Amino acid sequence: MAKFRKEGGKEVPALSTASLPDIVFMLLFFFMVSTTIREVSVMVDNGMPEARTATKLEKKSLVSNIYVGKPKEQYIGTYGSEPRIQLNDKFANLNEITSFVIAEQEARSEEDRNKITNNLKVDMFTKMGIITDLKQELRRANSLRVSYAARKKV
Amino acid sequence: MARRTPDINASSQADIAFLLLIFFLVATSMDTDSGIFRRLPPMPPEDVQVNPPKYAKRNILQVLVNKDDLLAVNGELMDIAMLREKALEFILNPQNKENLPAKEMKDIPFFGKTEVSKGIVSLQSDRGTSYKMYIAVQDELAAAYNEARDIKSIEKWGKKFEELDEEQQEAVRKVVPTAISEAEPKNIGGGK
Repeated sequence: MAKFRKEGGKEVPALSTASLPDIVFMLLFFFMVSTTIREVSVMVDNGMPEARTATKLEKKSLVSNIYVGKPKEQYIGTYGSEPRIQLNDKFANLNEITSFVIAEQEARSEEDRNKITNNLKVDMFTKMGIITDLKQELRRANSLRVSYAARKKV
Repeated sequence: MARRTPDINASSQADIAFLLLIFFLVATSMDTDSGIFRRLPPMPPEDVQVNPPKYAKRNILQVLVNKDDLLAVNGELMDIAMLREKALEFILNPQNKENLPAKEMKDIPFFGKTEVSKGIVSLQSDRGTSYKMYIAVQDELAAAYNEARDIKSIEKWGKKFEELDEEQQEAVRKVVPTAISEAEPKNIGGGK
């Protein structure tokens, strides 16, 4: 039957992939612009509380992050399960806050030094004790701008 | 006669771009930082004995949170859902009640001579209070201040606080200043 005759010679031409790199590059640039490089790996639990009045932090370069929470599972063996403070890439004690604040100030230009905001990223199941100690240390170090990190509740 | 250069094979360009893309996907994060901004009071110098200033009882809204995350406002147990309303009434004192904060006249741009509340919210938490509860309380208080500012802005310009320009916002902020004082920490509940 003529209907089922093999149709040789009429192959579908190969799909042109010439524009594929362009599309991928577009995606690449989108991600490069809209994301920020992760600077530290968080070693503590970091479940943020929710707040309706949470506002966006302006000027990322003027934010210094302080993490507080229970150490993650792989660190419990070495650091225990009590909430700890994490500065940069390591766990820290309260008396290291002052030197951390000074180091953060040194890293910024002169006119920005008193505009640094300490972003307290605290796990919501932490007790206030360690936070009050931390705030007292920050007051002692005269770094008074703080932001309690919270997710925006809608 | 010039020889024609053959086309360069560009099929691997996509692979290279994919590689870069995946690198950026892994190494970056998209989350933006948001939070409740507060300014800590400066540490008093250690060698000087500073007597805490005295405030009339009517000018203080005492908010206590204990280690079991229970909330007390002016000595009465209260649900957190009620806190905003209570704080808003305290901030504005619309009926000039005797037991709510006094007001003083101040000269403020746009508003002229205006009454500004002398009220201070005193927030005290225990070492055993959970951070979640603390943020919830801070959030409710901030919401009360925002609402009070909205009310003032609508009275004056018929617009919400967020829709005003910067100078107007600054003026409204002076009419309704954020006055949340955090008392020195106490350790009543024991526990760390």
